[in-house]
Amino acid sequence: MILRQLSDAFGVSGNEDDVRAVVLDAIRDHVDEIKVDALGNVLAFKRGTGRQRLRVMLDAHMDEVGLMVVGYDADGRGFLKVRSVGGIDPRLLPGTLLQVGPERIPGVIGIKPIHLFEEKDKRVLKLEELVLDIGAKDKDEAKELAPPGTYATFATRFRELGPTVTGKAFDDRAGCAVMVELLQGERFRFDLHAAFTVQEEVGLRGARVAAYAIEPDCAFAFEGTIADDIPKDKKDVSPTTELGKGPAITLMDRSFIADRRLVKLLTDTATELDIPYQFKQPGVGGTDAGAIHQTREGVPSVTVSVPCRYIHSPVALLSLDDFNHTVRLMRESLLRLTRRTLQ
Amino acid sequence: MRELIQKLVETYGPSGAEEQIRDVIRADVEPLADEIRVDPLGSLVVRKQGGEGKRIALAAHMDEIGVMATYVDEKGFARLTRIGGVRSLTCVGARVAFADGTIGVIGVEEKREDLTKLPTFEQLYLDVGATSRDDCPIQVGDPAVFVRPFVAQGGRLISKAMDDRIGCVVLIETLRRLKSTPHDLYFVFSVQEEVGLRGARTSAYGIDPDMAIAVDVTGTGDKPESRPMAVSLGKGPAVKVKDSGMIAHPAVRDLMVQRAKEADIPYQLEILERGSTDAAAMQLVRAGVPAGCLSIPTRYLHTPSEMVDEEDVENSVKLLLEILRKE
Amino acid sequence: MKVIPLLKQLSEVEGLSGYEGPVRELVRKLWQPLVDEMHDGKLGSLIALKRGAGDGPRPKLMLAAHMDEIGLMVTGIEKGFLRITRVGGTDRRVLLGLEVIVHGRRDLPGVVATRPPHVLPEEEREKIVPWDKIFVDVGLPVEEVEQLVEVGDLISIRREMVELKNRRVAGKAMDDRSCVAIVTLALEHLSRVEHAWDVFAVATTQEEVGLKGATTSAYGVAPDLAVALDVTIGAHPGIRRTDGLPLGKGPSIGVGPNFHPKLAARLKEVAQAHEIPYHIEPTPGRSGTDAWAIQVTHEGIPTALLGLPLRYMHQPVEMLDVQDVERAARLLAAFIAELETDFLDKLAWDSRVESE
Repeated sequence: MILRQLSDAFGVSGNEDDVRAVVLDAIRDHVDEIKVDALGNVLAFKRGTGRQRLRVMLDAHMDEVGLMVVGYDADGRGFLKVRSVGGIDPRLLPGTLLQVGPERIPGVIGIKPIHLFEEKDKRVLKLEELVLDIGAKDKDEAKELAPPGTYATFATRFRELGPTVTGKAFDDRAGCAVMVELLQGERFRFDLHAAFTVQEEVGLRGARVAAYAIEPDCAFAFEGTIADDIPKDKKDVSPTTELGKGPAITLMDRSFIADRRLVKLLTDTATELDIPYQFKQPGVGGTDAGAIHQTREGVPSVTVSVPCRYIHSPVALLSLDDFNHTVRLMRESLLRLTRRTLQ
Repeated sequence: MRELIQKLVETYGPSGAEEQIRDVIRADVEPLADEIRVDPLGSLVVRKQGGEGKRIALAAHMDEIGVMATYVDEKGFARLTRIGGVRSLTCVGARVAFADGTIGVIGVEEKREDLTKLPTFEQLYLDVGATSRDDCPIQVGDPAVFVRPFVAQGGRLISKAMDDRIGCVVLIETLRRLKSTPHDLYFVFSVQEEVGLRGARTSAYGIDPDMAIAVDVTGTGDKPESRPMAVSLGKGPAVKVKDSGMIAHPAVRDLMVQRAKEADIPYQLEILERGSTDAAAMQLVRAGVPAGCLSIPTRYLHTPSEMVDEEDVENSVKLLLEILRKE
Repeated sequence: MKVIPLLKQLSEVEGLSGYEGPVRELVRKLWQPLVDEMHDGKLGSLIALKRGAGDGPRPKLMLAAHMDEIGLMVTGIEKGFLRITRVGGTDRRVLLGLEVIVHGRRDLPGVVATRPPHVLPEEEREKIVPWDKIFVDVGLPVEEVEQLVEVGDLISIRREMVELKNRRVAGKAMDDRSCVAIVTLALEHLSRVEHAWDVFAVATTQEEVGLKGATTSAYGVAPDLAVALDVTIGAHPGIRRTDGLPLGKGPSIGVGPNFHPKLAARLKEVAQAHEIPYHIEPTPGRSGTDAWAIQVTHEGIPTALLGLPLRYMHQPVEMLDVQDVERAARLLAAFIAELETDFLDKLAWDSRVESE
């Protein structure tokens, strides 16, 4: 399953080599041209049948949040000091398994044991206070195995739970998987430019230059987005999106406002074909569409997401039905996309 | 000009859904345009080709702040998120209107932990008088704007959306009265300024101007216990020196001051501590654009009762005309 | 060129963000004999070209160091005292008791007013002075002040550079004039050696208020490669060890998403080959420098960052080690001199790409 390979691949923002290799392997035989640009984005071109003169951009980001080694503990005992690359809640780090550097050295983050717990320990530990332990015996060994700038990701392996699957980095390997499946299908009537981008998590960086290069007429970004459907105290709180309710369409988030004509294309298609869909809670989060829609003279854009629980944690979870509906909704919508859609 | 102002401020047009206000403006400016187009994100661009002089972009934003429904509960109440810089302070008890005219009232949860603190946006909700989710005319994603009728009183004009419909009025009036210009002018009625200067950024890219001037509102320091600011209502249009998003290009700012002095138009120098305008976005387009801003002093910004001085508006038009008709 | 006098000139000249005129003229004068042509960018950056050897077209390398400094601006006049706001990230914790220059109709010396502790209520003394309680006093009668000063006038910090022990110097605006000095020294080195690439040395404007000069000049220059130079936090008590670099141990080379790994690796190799001490500076996200803006210009530009350790950043006592400046200049010059024409091919991310 392409999602498995993508999820297990190592690819923190700025270090997406592994994911890039998986992507290139998966799409190589299904597209006409591939370019890897100055930042490491994979720009794939799939020629259309020529019946529609439209430049359509698809986007999904290859990078995941992770950690970077920035130093070593002051007493020289071999522990690594780390900072986050992208947004990670420090509360989920104690007790986590990570993989460090190109050799994927296993590492752990542990804290003072509960047996020694005092009143003053009743607080959230900041990332600056934690250490990553790879078992090194001293600072020299630590520095050799994990020099400053070394990246680390969660060590989770993809696992099928039945109708759902769990793994790391579904934000946005789920989006990449959707895009791979779309590229592996038949040609569309228009030219398709698929950008597997880098560095979304640190500021939508790859998408910005990819869109500048592609100059699309419209863009669809794919994400693995927040599904916050666990029970809560307060009744009237939107779950952002819900598992099992189908692909989530973004109307507005903090990075952009979706073009309503593209939204209508998606909802009309979904209604026609009885594909479930939902609207993501407006005003939450940001995606590559935020960068894409502002390039050059502007690009009408929309984001379509697979709902994922627990993103930015070691164990995201999504529904395979939602995933498949997302692919289907996108394929069918793209089949119905014409120049008139944007008029 | 009063009728034009009233017409524009009372039209619906939140960021991202500017169709209605664009149609209203278009009807007024199309007959005056040498070229007119709507660019990819929806900004309306009117070209007035004078001569071989500078290519100048002028921008006033059509969009206004508002709220968007994020969730509708089983009883038909909706939860909200902000569109642009809306404070919960101005929301409680406010009325909003949706694109189709549906009116809603914003209420606040009574069971809040600390009643002495301002409510958060999550503690607000919208009541359109529905009885259940099924008969609620509002859906997730529907945007609404604040509702308040326009009032003219004692030389002051009061309404919601003076920010920046008053700027749009200045552009329209300037277009109307402009007899000749040595420059190639692009009047941009931009979209999505309130959510990040988005329309002006992309429009300016398309135009690639030699100079850009935004026409937008700014605050005043003349209210009781105001934060200090050297701008007052009725003392003339303000020439922007700096705001939180940009430093006006000294040459543009000096040009604006010079033209004001030459034509005996009262003006003020403006530094805005919090807030910015389309000029900040246009300044960074391509290899850079010398940019400035002509500001209309406004009290009670981002509330449904923004107040401007009619003379200031008239003088803003005069000043802009002076800038555009000379070399 | 002597380094300390160069640093002194660059530190002391005026040039606030958005109003870099005086420093731009100084840099123009300094670079005139070292480059082939110069022009001003739309937002005032100084863009200088030193052509490479050999027939064109040659690939383009952009160097960026910002020439703007942080400062203050007059927002109002009350009873002859000046209300102020900051231009860029001026630290209000260091303003009290500072000597300044108010650039009104003429330059007026002034001081930042402070109420003596005798009259300060207890709670105020425990708090950092808020902006609306800071005033500048030029010591003139009210009518004169109102004649000579208006809203929008700039206020710069008056500070002469001082030489401390161990070839360390301190002054204002070392962020980032010290790196403008590095570029200047590197250009001087390069006037004696051949290099293949065209070098666009850019003294950028308005970095302190949003990387604006870099954003726009990178667009205009459209380089194939870029190296930005900026100061980085220097270590001293009160700062975590992982947050600051020691002075006197060389410049830093940035690694992280903002920097192309192979470009950073090349800088490292050059440093090692020339026995120039350096640090690796891991940067997990935004670098807070011109490099951040340049990297995402056009279709993306492989970018690197050389850092100069600096203590007390954004204070009028910014301190650096002169040796670090000299080392950074040698490193930069050597890197440029050794840059082969086809270096870009070596930056490819993956060699397994095949097209049909």
